[in-house]
Amino acid sequence: MAFVDYYKTLGIEKNATDEEIKKAYRKLARKYHPDLNPNDKEANKKFQQINEANEVLSDPEKRKKYDAYGENWRHAEQFEQAGRSHSGAQQDWQEYTYSGTQGEDDFSDFFESLFGRATGHGRSSHAKFRGNDVNASLQLKLRDAYTTHKQTFSINNKQVRITIPAGVANGQVIKLKGYGNPGVNGGPHGDLYITFVIDDDSKFKRVGNDLYTSGEIDLYTAVLGGEVLLDTLSGKLKLKVNPGTQNGSTVRLKGKGFPVYKKEGEFGDLFVAWQVKIPTNLTEKQKELFRELSKQ
Amino acid sequence: MQNENLIPVMACCKHYNVEMSFIHSLGQYGFIKIISGESNEFIDIDELQTLEKFIRMHYELDINIQGIEAINFLLDRVQNMQQEITYLKSKLNVYENKTL
Repeated sequence: MAFVDYYKTLGIEKNATDEEIKKAYRKLARKYHPDLNPNDKEANKKFQQINEANEVLSDPEKRKKYDAYGENWRHAEQFEQAGRSHSGAQQDWQEYTYSGTQGEDDFSDFFESLFGRATGHGRSSHAKFRGNDVNASLQLKLRDAYTTHKQTFSINNKQVRITIPAGVANGQVIKLKGYGNPGVNGGPHGDLYITFVIDDDSKFKRVGNDLYTSGEIDLYTAVLGGEVLLDTLSGKLKLKVNPGTQNGSTVRLKGKGFPVYKKEGEFGDLFVAWQVKIPTNLTEKQKELFRELSKQ
Repeated sequence: MQNENLIPVMACCKHYNVEMSFIHSLGQYGFIKIISGESNEFIDIDELQTLEKFIRMHYELDINIQGIEAINFLLDRVQNMQQEITYLKSKLNVYENKTL
């Protein structure tokens, strides 16, 4: 492709009036404007093409030059030589295509060959656009979310190191300002939104800041009471079991649940459902004792 | 008002070459927060990005304030849906990996 047809880009005739150009530009800009199409690279690219076409056709001087040399772009070289000198490398033009990238190169090579680097006029042609926001997700184990820790990951070829506060919730989104896509025309970077996905744990179920788990006790402890060691996310915990504890009954351990997000020292509760283990493979003597008990 | 994060509305109008009435309309519609001082009105510096977006919509794209309201509402919904999709994709990934 050697030539960019700006009239075609805006969908107008070659003899379009200034008003028609303005109207066509606005119509297309409303469709492809980056503010209305966040995270849409195709729309962004299209908007740059429309912007470039408008930059040329809305400026009488540029339009005149484009109309005179545009289609026969090779003559533009001679035109340019009359006004300014080129380096050898610049004279060796092969083709002119849209770069399709964001950031500094917002105008096509074709544009720059005719008009040099864009200098701009007015608000619309060279407005600085903030880059698009980027959405990403970060998977965590429940046990990882229990403590404040740092994690490094790569986004847009950039290493990002973040501190994840204890108590982060499943589905919670945090915003990292300036870590999104680069801006257009030198505009600021967008933001990065990270959604946390917290895996289920085989032993603990989290509901808000509360944790639910089960604790196994033998029949004798359930009947007579005693002490057991229970695994929690912060380590082993010695727990008193009341005599006559029923299977499935629950105890609540205040402040032993999940940490409250960004509230240091605050924790939810831990609920332990007792599972009474019925003894199997009893000896004859044990069976006899149970029989005796059942007669009481 | 001594807060260095506040910018006088008048200065914004001059800088962006927009009418005061437009900024007031944005404030009335709740798009930006205008803070009233003793003898002046201010905008928080954090709101400038949002303000610039609305200025572009209105002055470059010829969208009136009601149109901006509708677009803003729909863009919010799109953003929420995108976040939900990202979240659900990750969740699905977890289950698919477990199945494998």
